[in-house]
Amino acid sequence: VSLPEARGMKPDGRLHRFRGGLHLRHHKQISCTRAVERPPLPGELILPLRQHLGDPARPRVSVGDHVLKGEPLGEIECAGGVNVHAPTSGVVVAIEPRPMSHPSGRSGLCVVLQPDGEDRWCERTPLPGWANMEPHDLVSAICAAGVVGLGGAVFPTHRKASLGRRRGTATLILNGAECEPYISCDEMLMREHPERVVAGARILQHVTGAEQVVIAIEDQMGAVFEALAAAISAAGAPGIDLVKVPAIYPEGGERQLIQVLTGHEVPSGGLPADLGLLVQNVGTAAAVADAILEGRPLLERYVTVTGNGVADPRNLLALIGTPVAHLVQQCGGYRGDAARLVVGGPMMGFTLRSDHEPVVKASNCLLILSADDLRTSQPEMPCIRCGECARVCPAGLLPQLLQWQVRTGQWDEAVAYHLRDCIECGCCDYVCPSHIPLAAWFRHGKGELKVQARERATADHARRRHEAREERLERQKREKRERMAAKKKALRARAAATASDETQESAE
Amino acid sequence: MRRVDFSTGAAPHIPSVATVGQVMRTVLYALVPGIALHAWFFGPGILIQIALASVFALSFEALMLRLRGRSLKPFINDYSAVVTAVLFALCIPPLAPWWISAVAMLMAIVIAKHLYGGLGQNVFNPAMIGYVVALISFPQFMTRWQAPAGITPVSLDFNQTLLAILHGRLPAGQSWDSITQATPLDTLKTGLHAGQSLLDVGQAPIFGGLGGAGWEWVAAAYLAGGMFLLLRRVITWHVPLAALGIVLVCTLPAWLLDPVTHASPAQHLFSGALMLGAFFIATDPVSGCASNLGRLWFGLGVGLITLVIRRWGGYPDGVAFAVLLMNMAAPLIDRYTRPRVYGT
Repeated sequence: VSLPEARGMKPDGRLHRFRGGLHLRHHKQISCTRAVERPPLPGELILPLRQHLGDPARPRVSVGDHVLKGEPLGEIECAGGVNVHAPTSGVVVAIEPRPMSHPSGRSGLCVVLQPDGEDRWCERTPLPGWANMEPHDLVSAICAAGVVGLGGAVFPTHRKASLGRRRGTATLILNGAECEPYISCDEMLMREHPERVVAGARILQHVTGAEQVVIAIEDQMGAVFEALAAAISAAGAPGIDLVKVPAIYPEGGERQLIQVLTGHEVPSGGLPADLGLLVQNVGTAAAVADAILEGRPLLERYVTVTGNGVADPRNLLALIGTPVAHLVQQCGGYRGDAARLVVGGPMMGFTLRSDHEPVVKASNCLLILSADDLRTSQPEMPCIRCGECARVCPAGLLPQLLQWQVRTGQWDEAVAYHLRDCIECGCCDYVCPSHIPLAAWFRHGKGELKVQARERATADHARRRHEAREERLERQKREKRERMAAKKKALRARAAATASDETQESAE
Repeated sequence: MRRVDFSTGAAPHIPSVATVGQVMRTVLYALVPGIALHAWFFGPGILIQIALASVFALSFEALMLRLRGRSLKPFINDYSAVVTAVLFALCIPPLAPWWISAVAMLMAIVIAKHLYGGLGQNVFNPAMIGYVVALISFPQFMTRWQAPAGITPVSLDFNQTLLAILHGRLPAGQSWDSITQATPLDTLKTGLHAGQSLLDVGQAPIFGGLGGAGWEWVAAAYLAGGMFLLLRRVITWHVPLAALGIVLVCTLPAWLLDPVTHASPAQHLFSGALMLGAFFIATDPVSGCASNLGRLWFGLGVGLITLVIRRWGGYPDGVAFAVLLMNMAAPLIDRYTRPRVYGT
């Protein structure tokens, strides 16, 4: 698809199919049976200063400071990332590196806050007149509120929105197709607060200038459709379309959802903006509404606490920074056979060894699996090329070939076979009869490609510097030679002139 | 309350259902009707051959795994050696001597499979390597086909069959000539070379309504087994449809125009190893093509080469040769039939 003509793509009212995918058991009902509650304040909140894709914020508070709810804890330029705010009032008791609920398991600088129990707000500046404001000012407000993509990618929302503004957005898609099993936080949010989702949609539409808004939900989310439809008509926003998409994993993947709604594919290596589309998670839209309408930064989120390893699965409205253990306690604690703690869903989530790590902006689900749920200890067998992996791959890749290339380090081949287009959904891994950890290999391979690209960039930079230096030295040498030559010439001319004077003199 | 002992691991965390052993076992189940009908029409020889080939295959498998320093259990449990053995046994005459199996399984398991790197690494279909080596090396034993029950005046019981296979000894008063007979495809070929009308040749008692008497029922059972594999999604439709389709497309017009020198499509489809080959042998994923488009080309090649060998080659049937030739072409086909990647 060439870019210029592909711009301004719109859903055409029909649903299309994406390639591959899996019908997985949903396991969502177990966490949707009761209303979402706020757990009591935990003893301490651990707030990593980097919870988004981008630069970390620099701490602007010191140990011993008293902070109010909503007060920013760091300093950061909007071009680099977003801020982190105090989820409640309290005292900063530490600023130190802590494990920060990240797949890498690495530690990062965290502000540790001890709540004072008063939950006192700082001064807020709601913007009820947003509809008459400049999009640029709204973008700044969204940035200041620390809003990031809550679907899992945690890309700063204001950067995505201003990109959508700059490049022109025909359609804003709100992604409520929460396709991974067990996760139900978006579903509960849309059921309980559809008006916030709709308000956020309208604000984002204003910011991006989108002509059309589509909210996509899965067809098995019964109550959600009615709730959203009512909220849309209550808000008097008939321009917002509500679309049910079939519950096939990974339908909620940005690229797959775009394909289902428009029939078009985002170019390899490109962005939805190349098609004139902007996709935001429904939770993100609600956070935007909070930020603009109430002046309320992103302080809490819906978190699904579920799985066979927890006594009473449910959704909670958790403050960012709440330790996992505190939330599990609200859900009746662990069952005896709880064996694995996953942040995210069973297909793409990552594991935590300890439950003292905090919930961060990206944490949509805490899945506690029992030993019986886990992959059995069947040994990995050689690939028999059955092709199931290729059949289910939504990206149209050949996983059986790619895993061979990644394992043997044939990086050029792996790039030629589009390793970078792998979305790490894990479908191939799930169906593999040989139990090859394909998704893990591909994550490793993509990481390796990034490292190589960085090294190549560094090497290129060094080479360019070296070449520039060589050229400069050469130029200096040349200039020196030229100067010398000019001097010599001048000297010789002078000598010749003197000599001719002398001959003239002697002739005289 | 605090716990720090959770197990870690890479996503996806939930178990997948399929195993290699399951895939292979499903293939074996799908062969049961064909084997049963084979035994019904041609006597218990097939069962003895399956048992023999399986024992040899598993022994060689275990030996090679030991030599290669691999653990025995997961690889013996994967049933891949048994599938190789059964497919081979289904291709040979039920009265072939026991050592044919031994030689063929040595070639299949030791050379074609493990010397190429074991499960998943073999370039050629091991069962077909074993079969072709036996066919070329020992043609006199590989043509001892019995006529189906009801046509042959003599049928051997279990003990007599066992004795024939293990000792090469026939019951008193019987000779190999009296109990074996040319196969339907053989008869067609000989008749054609002798200049006879195939319409007349087709009246011989060894022909049934569609293909060879008895054989057509076995082929139908393989067809049913293949449908089962399709339903269970162990294979895709591409290879069988392309292989059987091209045979139908090539033979139908020829037969309609000139039934005297051309066998009918039904005779082609329901005789020999075509049905077995199309559903169970050419669909072997390891030595076949990876993409669906590639599988179509692969199946097309198998069907065409089989036809060419049947019509012009020295052998009455050509499925094994066709599969091996296409095995060679598979990597090339794979190279040119990569599926389009999302967004490219």
